[in-house]
Amino acid sequence: MSTRTGATATPKVGSMGRTLRLGVSRIWYELRVYSRRGDSVFFTFLFPILMLSIFAVAFSGMGNLGAAPDSSGGITWAAYYLPGMVAAGMLLSGVQNLGVDIAGEKSDGTLKRLGGSPLPLISYFIGKIGMVLVSAILQVALLLVVARFAFDVELPTDAEKWWLFTWVFLLGVVTSCVLRIALSALPRSGKSATAVVIPIVLLLQFISGVYLQFTMLPEWLQNFAGIFPLKWMAQGMRAVFLPESFAALEQTGGWDLGWVAIVMLIWFVVGLFLCRITFRWIRKDS
Amino acid sequence: MATEAVVSVRDLRKSYGDVVGLAGVSFEIHRGEIFAMLGPNGAGKSTTIEILEGYRDRTGGEATVLGVDPQRGGINWKARLGIVLQSTGESGDVTVKEQLSHFAAYYPNPRNVDEVIEAVGLTEKAKTRIARLSGGQRRRVDVALGMIGRPELLFLDEPTTGFDPEARRQFWTLIESLKAEGTTILLTTHYLDEAAKLADRAAVINGGRIIEIGPVDELGGKEARVPIVRWRTGGRLNEQRTPEPAALVSKLHRELGGEPEGLEVIRPSLEDIYLELLGLDRAGAEAEPVLGEVGE
Repeated sequence: MSTRTGATATPKVGSMGRTLRLGVSRIWYELRVYSRRGDSVFFTFLFPILMLSIFAVAFSGMGNLGAAPDSSGGITWAAYYLPGMVAAGMLLSGVQNLGVDIAGEKSDGTLKRLGGSPLPLISYFIGKIGMVLVSAILQVALLLVVARFAFDVELPTDAEKWWLFTWVFLLGVVTSCVLRIALSALPRSGKSATAVVIPIVLLLQFISGVYLQFTMLPEWLQNFAGIFPLKWMAQGMRAVFLPESFAALEQTGGWDLGWVAIVMLIWFVVGLFLCRITFRWIRKDS
Repeated sequence: MATEAVVSVRDLRKSYGDVVGLAGVSFEIHRGEIFAMLGPNGAGKSTTIEILEGYRDRTGGEATVLGVDPQRGGINWKARLGIVLQSTGESGDVTVKEQLSHFAAYYPNPRNVDEVIEAVGLTEKAKTRIARLSGGQRRRVDVALGMIGRPELLFLDEPTTGFDPEARRQFWTLIESLKAEGTTILLTTHYLDEAAKLADRAAVINGGRIIEIGPVDELGGKEARVPIVRWRTGGRLNEQRTPEPAALVSKLHRELGGEPEGLEVIRPSLEDIYLELLGLDRAGAEAEPVLGEVGE
């Protein structure tokens, strides 16, 4: 045993490359676990698609929206609801899955075990965010396929719209993730997590123009909703999927893409900062 | 020589509000040694071990683990530890092999995954999801996760809870092989035979204090180990402690003119000694009631 003395030659494990490599390894691990969980996860995954189907079917008899006086043109209700459902999907993948997930990991001892291992915190975050990104991309792809082929929604054809879609989508999902991780300090147990997260998420969806036409809301409520990122995700997605003429229906009469980016970025940075200060592997001394 | 302290604890204190969990604990664990902490539930064993693992902050005293204050232990420090916690409850939607392969990647110089699975006797269950294992089998996964990173120091907090007798024997063999490779081990257990079998030294903790510490075969002092000879005369039970039980028995044989009734020669086991130590400690605490009231 004389070859093993004191603090000799433990290979350096604090490097950035290792953090990233372990982050990627966590993504695969998380996806594997996620895909095996079945029931509840499956439902969250399909939720926006189910909701889109319900709206499309329920309003199918009401004619097109925004049609010209001679009732030509306009868009179907499915097309009108698509951006809202994309936004809801972005929020739900991040907030709902992760929220319940991290709270569960906290109470079942997973986080305690990870906290005692040399896994960098950043790698853990990369794993969570990566898992959500992959599942959100699959979800939105499925949603678009259903919208296109089941409900005959015209999807944008020019590259500029898809570029807009890409950044709004990525920024929106990542922002939801970091906010969720930051909020995971709130519920004390895995069981109460669902009770805390779901009402917040539901309320946000109603006031942010996901289910209800945003302009129907009183102005003070529109302004209040404008504090939160979901309103901006939905607005960004409307800019992608709705015809230019619909911009006039927005609060300011335009898509305000600059604000979409700014508000989401602010929430992203705030979320990152909160993650850093609130997230703990375990609650010490509880 | 093997006297380097891997763990060093001096006057360790921990209180939760008014409640005192640890009232000044001191010990050292040397490289390559198996050190057992014994004591009743709530004595402070897990508090001590979790402070050393970096999970809890102490309220007083000093602690060094592998040369580092556990309150400031970083990634490089954690890479040299193996931790088997007292409780597990993970949902376990991955297989034994997936879990171990994943954790192995965290460490700079991990053990071979298949060899570890073999060592804990789970080869046949390697492709079974952890959630579908029995309690004892899950516990073996915990032990496997604790050793996968080839730790210099391994914490085992009641590792054999839920093991059947055969699994415990296998586990002992495993721990002895880890020791042979130079791993330092801190063990807590309620099985005194386990401590007697595995540990080099042990500390008995009660009420947040160490009441006895030393080599396992010297705990309680010489007197505590003096054999007891028991026999019956008429209906009465006789008991005599003597360092020369054979002489006493042959004397009895002579005096009684035959086989003594109900003859027993008992060498106190670690369990007997442990229980006696706790009994003495309790009696001592009652004699001086001030010591008992830690809350004031």
